[in-house]
Amino acid sequence: MDVARNQVERAVLEAPDIGRALTRIAHEILERTKGGKDILLLGIPTRGAVLARRLAEKIEQVEGLTPRVGTLDVTMYRDDLRLKPARALGRTELPGDGVDDRIVVLVDDVLYSGRTVRAALDALNDVGRPRAVQLAVLVDRGHRELPIRADYVGKNLPTSRSETVKVFAEEIDGRDAVLLIKGGGG
Amino acid sequence: MSEAGAGRSSGEILIKGARILGGEPQDILLKDGRIAGIGSGLAGSPGAEVVDAANLIALPGLVDLHTHLREPGREDAETVASGTAAAALGGYTVVHAMANTSPVADTAGVVEQVWRLGRQAGHCDVQPVGAVTVGLNGTHLAELGAMADSAAGVRVFSDDGRCVSDAVLMRRALEYVKAFDGVVAQHAQEPRLTEGAQLNEGRMSAELGLAGWPAVAEEAIIARDCLLAAHVGSRLHVCHVSTAGSVEIVRWAKSKGWQVTCEVTPHHLILTDELAASYDPIYKVNPPLRTADDVRALREALADGTIDAVATDHAPHPVEDKETEWAAAAMGMIGLETALSVVQHAMVDTGLLDWAGVADRMAYRPAVIGRLDGHSESPGQPLRVGAPASLTLYDPSVSRPVDPGEMASKSRNTPYAGMVLPGRVVATFLRGRPTVLDGKLTGPVSGAETGESSK
Amino acid sequence: MRRHLISAADLTREDALLILDTADELARVSERSIKKLPTLRGRTVVNLFFEDSTRTRISFEAAAKRLSADVINFSAKGSSVSKGESLKDTALTLEAMGADAVVIRHSASGAPHRLSNWVRGSVVNAGDGTHEHPTQALLDAFTMRRRLGSLEGRCVTIVGDILHSRVARSNVLLLSTLGAKVTLVAPPTLLPVAVDSWPCEVSYDFDEVLPKTDVVMMLRVQRERMNAAYFPTEREYSRRYGLDRERLARMPQDAIVMHPGPMIRGMEIAAEVADSARSTIVEQVANGVTVRMAVLYLLLGGSEPAIGKETE
Repeated sequence: MDVARNQVERAVLEAPDIGRALTRIAHEILERTKGGKDILLLGIPTRGAVLARRLAEKIEQVEGLTPRVGTLDVTMYRDDLRLKPARALGRTELPGDGVDDRIVVLVDDVLYSGRTVRAALDALNDVGRPRAVQLAVLVDRGHRELPIRADYVGKNLPTSRSETVKVFAEEIDGRDAVLLIKGGGG
Repeated sequence: MSEAGAGRSSGEILIKGARILGGEPQDILLKDGRIAGIGSGLAGSPGAEVVDAANLIALPGLVDLHTHLREPGREDAETVASGTAAAALGGYTVVHAMANTSPVADTAGVVEQVWRLGRQAGHCDVQPVGAVTVGLNGTHLAELGAMADSAAGVRVFSDDGRCVSDAVLMRRALEYVKAFDGVVAQHAQEPRLTEGAQLNEGRMSAELGLAGWPAVAEEAIIARDCLLAAHVGSRLHVCHVSTAGSVEIVRWAKSKGWQVTCEVTPHHLILTDELAASYDPIYKVNPPLRTADDVRALREALADGTIDAVATDHAPHPVEDKETEWAAAAMGMIGLETALSVVQHAMVDTGLLDWAGVADRMAYRPAVIGRLDGHSESPGQPLRVGAPASLTLYDPSVSRPVDPGEMASKSRNTPYAGMVLPGRVVATFLRGRPTVLDGKLTGPVSGAETGESSK
Repeated sequence: MRRHLISAADLTREDALLILDTADELARVSERSIKKLPTLRGRTVVNLFFEDSTRTRISFEAAAKRLSADVINFSAKGSSVSKGESLKDTALTLEAMGADAVVIRHSASGAPHRLSNWVRGSVVNAGDGTHEHPTQALLDAFTMRRRLGSLEGRCVTIVGDILHSRVARSNVLLLSTLGAKVTLVAPPTLLPVAVDSWPCEVSYDFDEVLPKTDVVMMLRVQRERMNAAYFPTEREYSRRYGLDRERLARMPQDAIVMHPGPMIRGMEIAAEVADSARSTIVEQVANGVTVRMAVLYLLLGGSEPAIGKETE
């Protein structure tokens, strides 16, 4: 990303905020899925995959059960592939017993146009038939282009289209934060 | 000007300020087909046409020992008229037309036809080369004596395109042509070592997966032929030598005093097998482009006289024979219209050869090898008073990107397209008659010398 | 910008690793019941086969179809091509069909190069004469990586008719790009004259090389070569350069045996070796589809190709 001269960054969430948000989501998931017995947390690479693992840990702390976790790469299902050069694929890792009859909770870092989630629903459709599919995101920044909404939201963040939301995760970036970047193009 | 020469009243041409072989500016007066005067401040008769040759170099009209005119048989690729037009534009006044036409030039009838077509076209002399063997089949000698005695007066015999590989047949041919002071021009290519061969055998052929054409296939034949020529006391001419080893063998043969001469093509003086990396068959030629070391050796040998002549091996092919896969493409490249520029670039601008040397390798020596020197009318003689007025005016100071679209050849298979080459032929005179003026043909001159109508 | 995959030399180390990593992910797709991905919907891939090779054509066809591309099979046998239509005319026909990629197999070295001048789409070389076969090398590298992990520093020995092998050329280039140490073993008659300019070692002695070999790749030796005096007899070839049980036993325990097929059991490879657990010959076929999917995806999946040699 180009660090433009007049670019302004603002931290919207710091590490403790992120921790609290994930804890809350974990509780909500347990509540909504009646104890989380049949859930499968599927993170969308790369940062969604990290968040899914953290949610699983939180659920384990709260409930004592270890929920199934996996990752679901949606690259090959995207509708914007032809707008950018072909990119490397993320990892898809599903539990051995698959997704059939599970309550799949898709996990991603930012919900924006909804196109990634649409791709994820298509991808999911090709690997099996879950009983239900839910969506958990750390940040919902609005500007949906498809009829999609999240079941669990860490933070609703009003943004303009010219802004960029960037999520940092300790496991990948060495720190936890959500930044809102204005100007300098996104 | 379209009837240039033919209809001019005085026929006198005064060339002002030309630098003969690159020397001091002098005037040259052409009259009655001969050089009537050389000096400063010459004045012609009142009707004389004056050609301003300031800063131009005057060379003897060039002589090509190796040209494929394709007629008869492949008039879609070239005709005698179009090929000789290309020759004139390249500064040539004589071309030796190779025998691999259809029908093959293996009888007096065919060589006379080619010779006559040349006279009719009028752009330059066409000296037919006779086939060594019937149909180029390498089994029976053609009627070499009949071709020698024909109106065409053939002195050079070659199965070019194919090698006379049978040692006995080669020996007989070398011996037989002594009777009329002929010479066998050998296309040196051991056939078994080059079955399916596509490209110089070496790093590039290995990388590109193209069947190799090893240097030894050329060198082995040259060595054998030199020994045969020595044994029977005959003249041997080696076509288009292309390897450092070939040069070494010829140098050794000459050091023995044997009557061996050889030629090099312009393209082997500047192009290498690296160009095949594009798989563009424009670079497919026989013998194949070799390595940079070979190019260096060829230039040195041409400079020291081991190589006697530059010969174009002008080989026109229609577009469809080159716009194919490499292996399916025809071999050969056109070269008449670029030869002098390539020689300037490779030899003169590099300091290896002066203009006198260029005249020697592109006119005098080829004329001697083809035994044109015995004919008082033939081009390729030194520019002196009384000699036939066949000469070329050349401007070495300009550079131009090569544009195949401008060429007079019917074919476009030049490897130099887009390449910037030095020099430009400004005018060519054949026995006092301009065939090229101001870089342009003086026009079709059908029947100019024989009075016969073209077919 | 257009990009092609004509030679393994067109691939940088990053390109090659991207293809192999992508193939790793796609291999998982091959394991599920729905193997199709929507990625190349609306793209057209033409399989232009001037030479019979059912295996390679089917492999490319399966790869393209699993990515939802439209596939047109243009077999030159018995078509206008064998009636003298030129490669260029065929190329212009393909242009009219709007091919996004042309997969070409041709008996003439360099045919894919020539084709790339005449079509707008990406050209993928599926084997040209005795030049190259880059997707075969990619699937070989992929197979090795799955068995052995990284190829860095691994010793790969390629045995057989190197001179006429497009597989050997592509493998030497690709494997050296990936950091493997390649040794060619063959009778001197079946090695190119300038083989010393290749990024590999050469040996005439198979037995000497065996103990330090992680991967041995056996190439097919056509019996016709015998008639052209490349070697005296089948028996002598087999004795000096064939892979039998004794030779297999002298290789390290985890060393693997590869063959690009089609193989001649008994000539270059003993049947029991070809069918042993250390042979990857069956995997190689399956991996072919996966690797070719990766190549097609990376060439056609985005706004512009992510791999290969640039033109224009």
